[in-house]
Amino acid sequence: MKIITFNIAMISYLLASLEYFIYLVYRKPGVSTLATATVVVGLLSHTAIIGLRSQETGHGPYTTSFEVAIFLSWLVVVVYCFTHWRYKIKDLGSFVIPVAFLILLYATFLSKEIVNFPESEFRILLTLHRTLSIIGFAAFAIAFGLGVMYLIQEKQVKSKKLGMMYFRMPSLESLDNLTYKAVAVGFPLFTLGFLTGSIWNIKMSQSSLFSWELVKIWPLVIGWILYGLVFFGRYRMGWRGKKVAQGSVIGFVTVIISIILHV
Amino acid sequence: MAESNLVIVGVNHKTTPVELREKLAFTKGNIEESTEKLCGFPEVDENLIISTCNRVEIYARVNDVDRGIDRLKKFICEFHMIPYNLLDKHFYAFQEEETVQHLFRVSASLDSMVVGESQILGQVKDAYSLAKSLQTTGLILNQLFEKAFNVAKKIREETGINESAVSISSAAVELARKIFEDLESHTVMLVGTGEMAELAAKHLISYGVKTVYVASRTYERATTLAKTLNGSALDFEHFKTELHKADIVISSTASPKFIINKEIVQSAIHQRNNRPMFFIDIAVPRDIEPEVNDLENVYLYDIDDLQSVVNANLQEREKEAEVAMGIIRTEVSKFNNWVESLDAIPTIVELRKRAEAVRMQEIEKTLKKMTHLSDEDKNNLHQMTSSIINKILHKPTVNLKKKTQTTEGRTYLKAIRDLFHLDD
Repeated sequence: MKIITFNIAMISYLLASLEYFIYLVYRKPGVSTLATATVVVGLLSHTAIIGLRSQETGHGPYTTSFEVAIFLSWLVVVVYCFTHWRYKIKDLGSFVIPVAFLILLYATFLSKEIVNFPESEFRILLTLHRTLSIIGFAAFAIAFGLGVMYLIQEKQVKSKKLGMMYFRMPSLESLDNLTYKAVAVGFPLFTLGFLTGSIWNIKMSQSSLFSWELVKIWPLVIGWILYGLVFFGRYRMGWRGKKVAQGSVIGFVTVIISIILHV
Repeated sequence: MAESNLVIVGVNHKTTPVELREKLAFTKGNIEESTEKLCGFPEVDENLIISTCNRVEIYARVNDVDRGIDRLKKFICEFHMIPYNLLDKHFYAFQEEETVQHLFRVSASLDSMVVGESQILGQVKDAYSLAKSLQTTGLILNQLFEKAFNVAKKIREETGINESAVSISSAAVELARKIFEDLESHTVMLVGTGEMAELAAKHLISYGVKTVYVASRTYERATTLAKTLNGSALDFEHFKTELHKADIVISSTASPKFIINKEIVQSAIHQRNNRPMFFIDIAVPRDIEPEVNDLENVYLYDIDDLQSVVNANLQEREKEAEVAMGIIRTEVSKFNNWVESLDAIPTIVELRKRAEAVRMQEIEKTLKKMTHLSDEDKNNLHQMTSSIINKILHKPTVNLKKKTQTTEGRTYLKAIRDLFHLDD
């Protein structure tokens, strides 16, 4: 049952990614609606998986790497659905849903063993750390999708070669504003997640803030600095457009790397 | 194969020079008179006139295709008092499904001078609603035109036929809309008062731009143009220091040298905290240094760039037109099927099948309950029920066949099909 539900979610996201891609390239209006419907099917079964898993483990879906991965991917889709509904950017799905699919695919390789939530007087810190980081991550995933769209559109307008996607995609300014909004939501949450995680780490190991191996910490720090630059740079340094988009795309890659190293 | 008896006779921008076309035009005032005259001809059952500056066409359902076409051609000549031999070679005429295809092409704007322009659909719609109000159209033409509007809508949605701009100024507006979120809150600055610049500015204003600045070497011309555009004039000496206020700059001066260079734009964009700027250089020789385009968040298009956007768009439209033709072919054959369904014989066969199915269902139910009946009694029951059906359906069948020979025939067929749900 769990496996079937899991597969339905994963296959739905794969199908939806393909459908969004077909829509992007061949502009068949029906396909866009179909893709959105497929995402909804995926999201429903995805929600069921999280419900079943939490019932089984007796705690929220953030204890093992497997749980974190399915929760991450779920939130990415939820935030995507919100953005889709609120801002009506149809093409965004082509860039965000594949991310959700890949995270789920990654989850299939992780251990599905049930682990008890660490018993500790500071467990609230750990819960906060994981929840905040994951919500921040979902916002970054949206910023990533929007950033990719911005870079494609910018290249077309700048080089004066207006391809098929030029007509499909929203204006540069609105993509830029939305990317910034997504980062502005993600960055504070992610920072809080980062802080609570670090404090928890200190409390638990009674050691220094950087008890992690250096290799594991640097992608996260780079990503955090990048998002910080995007967040603060807009008004202080006139970071707009291409820089915001590049920051959001590279930042997302570093965060993915650090999550793979971390959880 | 059922025949729709649809014909179309007309002239358009491809077959007829404008000097002749304008003489053939039907005006709002005389269309009523002409369609009513057409209705008076025994050959013509339904008719509709489309008259635009690029085409004059009469669509009709006639009782004989060849004579009908002849009648329409003569009517156009007589109505406009032009000798038949002068006009004959300019006419095109289609019949049956070619008429359907022609109308679908016209309303989807595949037959227009600029393929994909949207005006023609509105004109066809106006012509249809006028004809409908005059009651010169009937079942077939109504269905044909309603279908044509659907097909045009489908083509607009499923192809990119009308998506791209095909004039310099609309290409500029389109680019502006792909750079800026909404044009309402943005400012346009005209440097120079060229005619094309004015056109582009008007276009931008129609899309919502509210603030307009005009700078010209002759301050008077700047004030005059600023007045017509509801903007404010700038002293030419100062436009460079005000440049940062503009989101869109349209340059069209007669200056032999560049008047806006990279340094000027760099300082403007800096003052704007890197908010994007769009430069449109319509001047020849150019006003703006091409290197301006290398700056981040700055986009520069000169007249050749815009022209190549337009050319690429036109080519794109031709490709989309092929896709659209595919849609049209499918829809024409669907329409034919509908026409065929209006033929009496298949309708009668279906009606009988439906009745027979009901009879069989009911008789089986009854026979199940009456197990004591002999085979002979069973046969008698079958015969009785069959003859009830035959007797009930006999008169309608005969009458329907008769009616389909007349102009009301299709209305009857449609009624039968609707009442008995034969199209489910």
